[in-house]
Amino acid sequence: MTKEDVFSKVLDILGKYSKSEISADNISMETSILDDLKINSARLVDIVLDFEDAFDIEVDDDDADSVITVGDGVNLILSKI
Amino acid sequence: MAFTNKEILGYLPQQPPFRFIDEILKIDDEMIEASYTFKQDESFYEGHFPGNPITPGVILLETMAQTGVVAFGIYLASLVMTIEEMDQYLTVFTDAEVDFSGIVRPGETVTVRAKKKFYRRYKLKVDVELVKENDEIACSGIISGMGVKQT
Repeated sequence: MTKEDVFSKVLDILGKYSKSEISADNISMETSILDDLKINSARLVDIVLDFEDAFDIEVDDDDADSVITVGDGVNLILSKI
Repeated sequence: MAFTNKEILGYLPQQPPFRFIDEILKIDDEMIEASYTFKQDESFYEGHFPGNPITPGVILLETMAQTGVVAFGIYLASLVMTIEEMDQYLTVFTDAEVDFSGIVRPGETVTVRAKKKFYRRYKLKVDVELVKENDEIACSGIISGMGVKQT
């Protein structure tokens, strides 16, 4: 799976939780999940669990804590698949 | 050390007039079932609605949350934490998606049933329903709560 594939799947997942419009045009690897996408911090748990299901990976709590930006999520997934 | 039903109710922070759980009927690490009887004189009936008392949907949601995420969360936390650790956290409501499908009147007893979807990082998400004595579902959905450190 390429980085672009992972990025696109991550956007699909974030789209379920964000109140803002999410598309590849307005999101970059630097986009902050909490601040820019206005996603509530408790939703990060749901998002990381969705990463686990979508990519068949396991994410431990310390790794989950390191996810601040979209790129953090993409790189974390890439390191596990 | 797993809390008993009595210990869970003793630990639950919500108190009257904002406590909507009387008895835990069943509990294990996958599900909880508890009941509550709405009193004839709950304060909100006076205004909701004058002469036509109906339990507000927001109170039904709170009733589901007190059983489904607070009481259940206390139990699940008690399996993995000491009381000293638990004392540092307060369970707050984080998200919900619910449907209301029935009316609950003063004096009715409701049963809340919740099934765990996940319990991770102090966040508990459950499938939940609130059922009347005639088995009619008055309210159902998916709700979550999370233990946050009190400062």
